[in-house]
Amino acid sequence: MVALVVSFFEWFGELGLFCRRLAHAMLVPPFEGRELVRQLDSIGSKSLPLVAMAGGATGVVLSLQTRASLTTFGAKAMLPAVIIFSIIKESGPIITALIVSGRVGAGIGAELGSMKVTEQIDAMEVSAVDPYKFLAATRVIACIAMLPLLTVAANFCGVVMGWLSTTLAQPVSFRYFLESGLRGVTFNDYLPPTLKTAVFGLIIGVVACFQGMRTKGGTEGVGRSATSAVVLCSLFVILADVLLVRLILVFFP
Amino acid sequence: MRNNENSPIVIEDLRKSFGEQKVLNGIDLAVKGGETLAVLGRSGTGKSVLLKLIVGLEKPDSGSIRVLGQDIAKMDRDRLNEIRKKIGFLFQSAALYDSLTVEENVAFPLARHTKMSEAERTTRARELLSAVGMENGLKKLPSEISGGMQKRVGLARALALDPEILLFDEPMAGLDPITAAEIGKLIVEQQKQRNITSVVVTHEIHSARIFADRFVLMNEGKILADGAFDDLRKSRNTFVAEFLREAA
Repeated sequence: MVALVVSFFEWFGELGLFCRRLAHAMLVPPFEGRELVRQLDSIGSKSLPLVAMAGGATGVVLSLQTRASLTTFGAKAMLPAVIIFSIIKESGPIITALIVSGRVGAGIGAELGSMKVTEQIDAMEVSAVDPYKFLAATRVIACIAMLPLLTVAANFCGVVMGWLSTTLAQPVSFRYFLESGLRGVTFNDYLPPTLKTAVFGLIIGVVACFQGMRTKGGTEGVGRSATSAVVLCSLFVILADVLLVRLILVFFP
Repeated sequence: MRNNENSPIVIEDLRKSFGEQKVLNGIDLAVKGGETLAVLGRSGTGKSVLLKLIVGLEKPDSGSIRVLGQDIAKMDRDRLNEIRKKIGFLFQSAALYDSLTVEENVAFPLARHTKMSEAERTTRARELLSAVGMENGLKKLPSEISGGMQKRVGLARALALDPEILLFDEPMAGLDPITAAEIGKLIVEQQKQRNITSVVVTHEIHSARIFADRFVLMNEGKILADGAFDDLRKSRNTFVAEFLREAA
């Protein structure tokens, strides 16, 4: 039990030291522009189909689930607003973050873990190239930059598929669906939840890189790093969401 | 140690532990310019740790490591990186970057530390690869070439920045005898052409005799014997005699 508590605090201590070196790597030039572009592509555009599909499915599910309830209460006209509000305020951002946690978190954890156990990270350091700058900073920045953009895509697909599902049950034009759903929506409803995903991106990038770069114990260790990266990224994203939603409600009532 | 002032690598009373385990227990060693030193010993005696300490991948518990006249244990990261640009390191597993092709692996340090254009980097990488007998398969990924080829590419990458010091960690490990001999000859060739100071960690004494000028034999974190191969053979230390007998 004592060992468990000690290792828990050790983990946070090591994470703190990792973040300090990472912050230095992210803020002090030179910057690895070319590698950053590669990571933006790998993390962003390659996650797009998955995120779009998940966003679309969320829209369909929301439409199917809420239609019956709203009909019961005689509030069927509210369906577009319920779908759009749910998607842009919570479902879109959190679904995007969880999908990226799974795809990118596992990918970074396994890739950096494998580089660590095969001494590639040591080789980089010996070549006088800072692995925090080349490997970690580029991935973290790419996660921060791409999460809000992927969220926009997920929101769009969610709204379109929500409309499609709705119109299949009872024909309604897309224009009417949007006008009805967006009535009363302000930028305060849209921007803060979308931009909060940059924090999710920071969490995913930092935790996945940290787990990958501290890998020990050969291929078994790589597997452990990939799994723990996904689990911890998802967990911290959900916990951070609680805090961020509260903060958004305080600052953007 | 005064007569060692001009030696590129000077180590004094070096100690390193991992937890309770003492890995290096008071190492004194100087490697002269242009010399090839073979560090021999059983597995787990701290030979690879010694190399990692020389290049600053590990920090010593006590003692000093002067590389090219500077104590690397007391350096900040930026100054350490300046020294590292003058050191080439061939890892036991070659440690080539998975996601880069053979050619890109060799060009990687050039892209970061020189002002060469992409075309110049490619030409230089091809020259280096040709020097280690790798004219073909330059666009292949490391996973698509054999272990011996990976070692050759690793050697080309280590030579990319014209280092003053080369460190080899078990360069023949995992290779068949013929490939191991070829890698040994390559090390000798590069050594003669470039007059680089080299430290080669190995437990393969036959291969080491091909390229080394001097040998040290380590056991339990200490140097038991230091000198030419004949000096080792004359040693009265029982471990040295047993090691040489078993290796033969």
